[in-house]
Amino acid sequence: MSTDAVAEIPGDTLRQGIVDDLRSAIGEALLDSHVKPGDDVWVRVRTDAWRATGQALRAMGFEYFCFLSAIDWMPSPFGKGEDDPTAPAPERDDTIVQGYAGGETRLQVLARVVHPVTHVGVNLKCDVPDPEPVVESWIPVFAGANWHERETHEMFGIGFAGHPDLRNMYLPSDFEGHPLRKDFPLLARMVKPWPGIVDVEPLPGGSDDEEGDAE
Amino acid sequence: MTSTESLIDRRQMSYIAAQAADARLNVELETEGMTLNIGPQHPATHGTLRIIARLDGEQVVWAEPSCGYMHRGYEKLTEVRTYPQVTALVNRIDWLGSFANEVPFILAAEKLMEIEAPPRAQWIRTILFELSRIANVSLFLGDLGVQMGAITPVFMAFRDREYVLNLIEGATGGRFHPNFDRIGGLKEDLPAGFIDETRVVMKKLRNFCDEMENLLFGNEIFQSRTRGIGVIPKDVALQYGLSGANLRASGVDWDLRRDQTLPMAWNKVDWKVWTHPDGDSFARCWVRLQEVRESTLIVDQLLDNIPSGPVMAKVPRIIKVPEGEAWVSTENPLGEMGYYVVSKGDLGPFRTKIRSASFNNISIVPWVLKGVYVPDIITILASLYFILGDIDR
Repeated sequence: MSTDAVAEIPGDTLRQGIVDDLRSAIGEALLDSHVKPGDDVWVRVRTDAWRATGQALRAMGFEYFCFLSAIDWMPSPFGKGEDDPTAPAPERDDTIVQGYAGGETRLQVLARVVHPVTHVGVNLKCDVPDPEPVVESWIPVFAGANWHERETHEMFGIGFAGHPDLRNMYLPSDFEGHPLRKDFPLLARMVKPWPGIVDVEPLPGGSDDEEGDAE
Repeated sequence: MTSTESLIDRRQMSYIAAQAADARLNVELETEGMTLNIGPQHPATHGTLRIIARLDGEQVVWAEPSCGYMHRGYEKLTEVRTYPQVTALVNRIDWLGSFANEVPFILAAEKLMEIEAPPRAQWIRTILFELSRIANVSLFLGDLGVQMGAITPVFMAFRDREYVLNLIEGATGGRFHPNFDRIGGLKEDLPAGFIDETRVVMKKLRNFCDEMENLLFGNEIFQSRTRGIGVIPKDVALQYGLSGANLRASGVDWDLRRDQTLPMAWNKVDWKVWTHPDGDSFARCWVRLQEVRESTLIVDQLLDNIPSGPVMAKVPRIIKVPEGEAWVSTENPLGEMGYYVVSKGDLGPFRTKIRSASFNNISIVPWVLKGVYVPDIITILASLYFILGDIDR
């Protein structure tokens, strides 16, 4: 049963091979990549090559569309919402540091496609220019991207050029703001500090616990 | 194999062609259209999903689900919680198989921390995971009947699901929201008598599957309501990101329990991945029925040789997860459920993308409902099987 071909493929060459194949398909548009041997692949592509990357991967056999979303790399100005609302706001580090495969912009689109035969997936990232955050829609490549792009548009305010209908999925159509951006406050935390935060305070003499039941 | 595949393709094509011909006829006759609003409060939507369908006679020309009645913003909430606190949230995504939601998140955190649960914890996790699947999908089987006017199956399903919920409650203390999985292992070991009791229940559940197979799947009305209805070909299923039984019913042999290496016990036992070539409503229901039976066999085998030892690895009291990104997905009762966790070396995740199965499974509804007849809307939705909390998150 478990003697599947997947177990025998050496993860490193297989995953590095995907990056090499993709680079030969889209050329200079592949900006950066990160391979964790035996685990996963991250690839960052140029914004104007976003759809072409999807098409190239689909042609390489990555036919399964897993998800599409975005990441806001700006550290939240509100922290974890544990501040005392009456005290002045504390100083916070606001340097933007992107994750695997680097990046230049605050917002990045993140997508994942998987090969249905080898079961290896690729995580794709693409920078989104800040003043006018728009990337190409993936609907012509993966029809399933439709709802994911609507959700990303609603939650992050990223536009998708070529999407037929970027209506809100969850929120009322007149809702202002993009809830998953880091500068959108979690209002429930703003009005009343969350009592659960007490759980993460170190307990006196708790350092020698061998069973870390941290909650 | 190729000859049967082409045969199936031809059958699907002829079905689609027949539907298209009907639609054309209606256009030529210039029948007056109407808009049918199903839900948000409708028994066929398992919660609050609203479906707006534009009808032409008895046929749907355009349909669009409208979500958001149960959006709870879990992705935002994870950013203000610590890692151990997140499991309490994600429990409520697919509320019929709650324990299965915790596992991929915990595995993602463990992957970033580069720790692994002890073998005994891995086995118990797998057992509870499969019990959640049985509890979840057995209710689907009962519910399926009730949507087509068969009342008896749902009573049987509630009766037998109760045994499984009792087991989960016995082990974890919670019937629906166990919150039992911990980074590095499990909260507790199994209670005394769990193994014997589970064996008895698994036998009952196999009887339940046989009953369902005879009562429902052999029923002529059921077959005529589901066979050839709502056909989803393989390539469409893949590009919409359908997963789980919906994908396997379209002939894709892919099960994340088998096809990836996770620190879980599925690859330690012998079991079979069920697929069906047809891709219609019947195939989706049939694959789920087989999976429940297969799950009972997995649990039985796992019970035979649970390794001894601790159920918790050594983890620090205050859990800080090192910087990095990780993606872990598992084969949940509804399909592929995954978490993309971005950590900044903090007490809580920097960003969590929750990839839930139902969101993708339902996004195909506008495609698959085009051209079907009104009563088939209900069977197609039922067979795609979604949980509202899993769509809206």
